Amino acid sequence: MKTLKYLLPVLFIFILFISCNSDDEEVKKVDETENLTLVKQFTNDTHIIEVYTESGMFKTGYNDISLRIKNKADNSYINDLTISWMPMMAMTTMNHSCPKSNIKKVEGTEFMYNGYLVFQMTGVDNSGWSIKFMYNINGTDYMVEEGISVFNNTRQRVATFMGSDGVKYILAMVNPNKPEIAINQMSVTLHKMESMMMFPVVENFTITLDPRMPSMNNHSSTNNTDLAYNATTKMYDGNLSLTMTGYWRLNLKLLNENNDILKGEDLSDSISESTLYLEIEF
Amino acid sequence: MKKILLFLVFINGFYCFSQTKPKVKDTINNLNEIIITSRRKLSNYRQEKALSSIDRYLEKSSKINMIKRGNYAWEPTINNMVTDRISVTIDGMQIYGACTDKMDPITSYVDVSNLEKVEVNSGQEGVENGNCIGGNIDLKLKNTAFKNTGLKSNIDLGYETNGNYKSTGLDFAYATNKFTINVDGIFRKSENYIDGNGNEILYSQFQKYNISAQSAYKITNKHQIHASLIYDKATDVGYPALPMDVSLAKATIASISHIYKGNSVVKNIETKLYFNTITHTMDDTKRPDVPIRMDMPGWSDTYGMYSKTYLTYKKHRISLNINAHYNKSIAEMTMYPNDPLENSMFMYTWPDVKTMNTGLFLKDEIEVIKDGFFKFSTRVSYHKNRLDNEVGLASLRIFYPKMESSQSRILPSLSANYLQKKENYNISFGLGYGERAPSISEAYGFYLFNSFDGFDYVGNPMLKNEKSLEINLNTNYKLKGVSIGLEGSYFYIKDYIIGKTNTSLTEMTIGANGVRIYTALNYATIFNTSVNFKYNIANNFSLNSSLGYSLGKSDDKKNLPLISPFSYFTEIVYSKNKFNASIQLKGNGNQTNYSVMFGEDETPAYTIINLNLGNKFFIKDNTVLLKYGVENVLDSYYSTYADWNNFPRQGRNVFLNISYLLSK
Repeated sequence: MKTLKYLLPVLFIFILFISCNSDDEEVKKVDETENLTLVKQFTNDTHIIEVYTESGMFKTGYNDISLRIKNKADNSYINDLTISWMPMMAMTTMNHSCPKSNIKKVEGTEFMYNGYLVFQMTGVDNSGWSIKFMYNINGTDYMVEEGISVFNNTRQRVATFMGSDGVKYILAMVNPNKPEIAINQMSVTLHKMESMMMFPVVENFTITLDPRMPSMNNHSSTNNTDLAYNATTKMYDGNLSLTMTGYWRLNLKLLNENNDILKGEDLSDSISESTLYLEIEF
Repeated sequence: MKKILLFLVFINGFYCFSQTKPKVKDTINNLNEIIITSRRKLSNYRQEKALSSIDRYLEKSSKINMIKRGNYAWEPTINNMVTDRISVTIDGMQIYGACTDKMDPITSYVDVSNLEKVEVNSGQEGVENGNCIGGNIDLKLKNTAFKNTGLKSNIDLGYETNGNYKSTGLDFAYATNKFTINVDGIFRKSENYIDGNGNEILYSQFQKYNISAQSAYKITNKHQIHASLIYDKATDVGYPALPMDVSLAKATIASISHIYKGNSVVKNIETKLYFNTITHTMDDTKRPDVPIRMDMPGWSDTYGMYSKTYLTYKKHRISLNINAHYNKSIAEMTMYPNDPLENSMFMYTWPDVKTMNTGLFLKDEIEVIKDGFFKFSTRVSYHKNRLDNEVGLASLRIFYPKMESSQSRILPSLSANYLQKKENYNISFGLGYGERAPSISEAYGFYLFNSFDGFDYVGNPMLKNEKSLEINLNTNYKLKGVSIGLEGSYFYIKDYIIGKTNTSLTEMTIGANGVRIYTALNYATIFNTSVNFKYNIANNFSLNSSLGYSLGKSDDKKNLPLISPFSYFTEIVYSKNKFNASIQLKGNGNQTNYSVMFGEDETPAYTIINLNLGNKFFIKDNTVLLKYGVENVLDSYYSTYADWNNFPRQGRNVFLNISYLLSK
C-alpha cells in the first residue's frame, strides 16, 4: 500500500505526459493536404476556398476534389460547415452542368472536405467551366464562383453517349488511378443526363469489360470481371487485368437491369473495338 | 551483399566432404570416343576438326541430339529430352541460361578449348549435380598435371568455306611440380552460310570469343588449390529460325576449389565455391520487317558450392556430393509501339525468380561378385523458388490470383544398376526413379513466345514435380574384330510438363496462334534404342555403324515433340601414324511420328556424306596437325527434325584447320 502511494503520482504524471504528447502530435499533423496539390483558391470577401486534386489540375473525366475553407480574417481553417457546389459549362447557346457528388467531410481530418466532379469535355483553351460553391457557417450562407481551367486528358477517361434507350449517359473512370501490371481494381461512375443540370447516378446496370492493346494486335488479358454496381460507393466495380505497361483500350458494353445492350459491342474477328470505351496508358 | 551472406550460410551449413568422380564411367555406353577427349595432341589429332565447336562435338554422341535455332548455341538433348528435363553443368557448377527462349544453352558459354572432356550420364545416373529426368552433361574443364613440363603452347587456325568461317585459338600451358597455369583464348566468326540449294541463310552469322584461365597450386602432397575463370562473349549471333537475334550473350564463370588427396579410405575430397553471371540481350534491329520492335534482355546470377568425397572401402567405391546453389533470374521485355507517341510496353517475362537448391548425392559401386558390379545412387534435394519482385508477382497473379510468393519442393532420386563385365561381353541393367521441379519458364514464364508452334507460353506455379520411372539395358559383345552394342532405355514420366492451349486467353505476341499454359499430362513415355557396330576390317581400317530409334508418346497416344526419327551413321576410318581419313554417311529416316500440336511436320529423310582427312608432321620439335575435309559432299539440301522451324542446314562445306603445337 505504501509503495502504491509513491507510485501513484508517478503514474499520474506518466498518464499526463502521454495525453499531452498525443495532443502535440495532433497539432503537428496539421498537414491534411499530404499527397494533394493546390489547384486553385476561390476567394470572396470573407473566405478562401483552397481546392486540391492529386495532380494539381482539373482534367476531363472524373476528378477527385478536396477542399478546405480558410477564414480571411484570422487565417484559420473552418471545421464545421455545410457546402455544396454547382459546376457549369458556359457554351455559346446554352449552359450545362456535369455529374457531381455531394461534398462531405473527410473522415479523420479536421478541415478537409471531399467530393467528385465528372467533366465530360472542355472548351478551347481549357476554358468554359466554372464552379460555384455555396456554403453555410454557423447559420450564415456564403457563396463564391470562379472560372476554372479543365485540361484534356490525352486518353479517354470519360465517355458521353446516347444509349439505345434514348438516354444520354456519362461514364467516367475512377480507378485504376495508378495502373499496374496486375489485377487492378477498376471502378467507374455512371450518370445519366436528366436535364442540362441534373445528372443522377444510374444504379444496378452492368458494364462488361474487355481490355485490349491495339498496338499488340488487340492482345487481351484474363481474369477480368464485368463492372457491377456497388451501392455503398455508388460506383461500378470490377477487376481489370493489365499484363504489361502501355496503351490499353478498355472496350465496354452497357447493359441495363434487363440485360439489354444500351451501348457497345462484343469484339469479334470483324469488330476490333467497341464504340463504348475508356483508355489507359501507363 | 545479401547474396554473399546467403552463400556463406550455405557453405557453413553444408561444409562437408566431397569427391572427384572416378574417371570413365559407363564404359559400355559407346560414348567414350565422344565423351572423353582431352584436347591434347593425341585427341587433337583424333578429332575431325581441331577447332570444332562444342556443339558439333556434342552432336557426335549417340545419346545427345542438338536442337538448332541457328548455326550457334545449339540446345543439347539427352534421351530426346530438352533443357528443362536434363542437367547441364560445367565442372559440377550450376549455370542457368539467361534467355527465356532457350537461345543460350549452358554449352554456349564454354568452348571446346576450355574443356578436357565431357561426361554424359543417362537418366537418374546423371543426378549428381542436380535433379533431372533425361540425364546430365558435365563439361569438365582442363586440368594440367603437376609435372615439370614447362611452357607449352599451340596455335590453331581454322577456315571453312561455307559461311566464310574463321577461327583462331591460342593456348598456353605452364606447369611445374607445384604450380600449373593454363590460359587460352579463342575467336570464332562466321557469316551467313549457304544451304544445299545455294541459298544464303540470312541471320545465320555469329561471332564469339572466349578466354579462360585455370590455375592450380599444390600446397603439399595432400592439398591443392585450384581456380578457374572463363569469360565468354558472343555478339552478333543470328538465329534464322527465330524472329530475333542476339546482340550480346556474355558469361563470367569463376570458381575456386580445394582438393584433398588421401591414400587410405578417403581418396579425394574436392570442395568448390563458384559464381557465374550471365547477360543475354535479344535484338531485332537487323530484321527489316517485324510487327513490333522489342528489347528482351535477361540476367542470371548463380552462386554455389559443392563438396565431393570419393572413398573406397573394401569392395565399395563410394561417392558423396553435397551441393547447394542459389540463382536469380530476371528477364524482361519492352516493346515499342509503331505509334511513337504511345508509351512503350513493358513486362517481366521471368519475374525475378530466386531458386535455392540444396542436395545430397550418394553413390556406391560394389563389386558383388567377380566382374559383377552393383551400383546404387540416390539424391535428395530441397528446392525452393521465391519471387521477390512485387511487379513480377502481381503480373503472375493475373493468372493465379492465389499464388504464393514462394514454394518449396523435395526432389528425390534413386537408381540401381547391375553391370556384368566379361572379356567378350558386358551387360548392364538399371532401374531408376526421379523427380524434377518445373523450370523457371515452366513455372514462372510470362508470355514466352515459342516460334515453333507459334504459341505464347505462360508458366504455371501450381505444377507438380515431374516424376520419371526408367529402365535401361545395355549390352556389348566382342568377337574377334567385331563388336556389337545394343542399348535401350524406357522412361515412364508421370505429370509430364507440356503446354496446353487455353482458348480463353488471347496471345500477346503479334501473329501468335494463341496461349498455352504449362500443364501436366497424366503421363508420357519415351523409348530410345540404338545398335552400334564396329568392325576392324584390316589393321588400319575400321567400320563404325550405328542405328537409333526413338519414340515418345503422350497418355492419349499422341506423339511428343522433338523426338528423333530413325537415324543412322556409318563411317569407314583409315588411320595410320601420320595420316588419317574417314568417310561418313549420316542420315535420318522420315519423321513420321511428329507432333502436330507442337507445330511439327513430317521432316523428310536425308542422307549426307562427309569426308575428313588429317595429317601430322613435325617441324623440328614442334608438331603440326592438319585437318581438312568436306562436309555434306553432295551439297544436299536438308533439314532435320531438330532444326527449329525446318530451316535448312549447311550445304557443302570445305574446311581446313592447322594446329601448331610448340613443345618449348
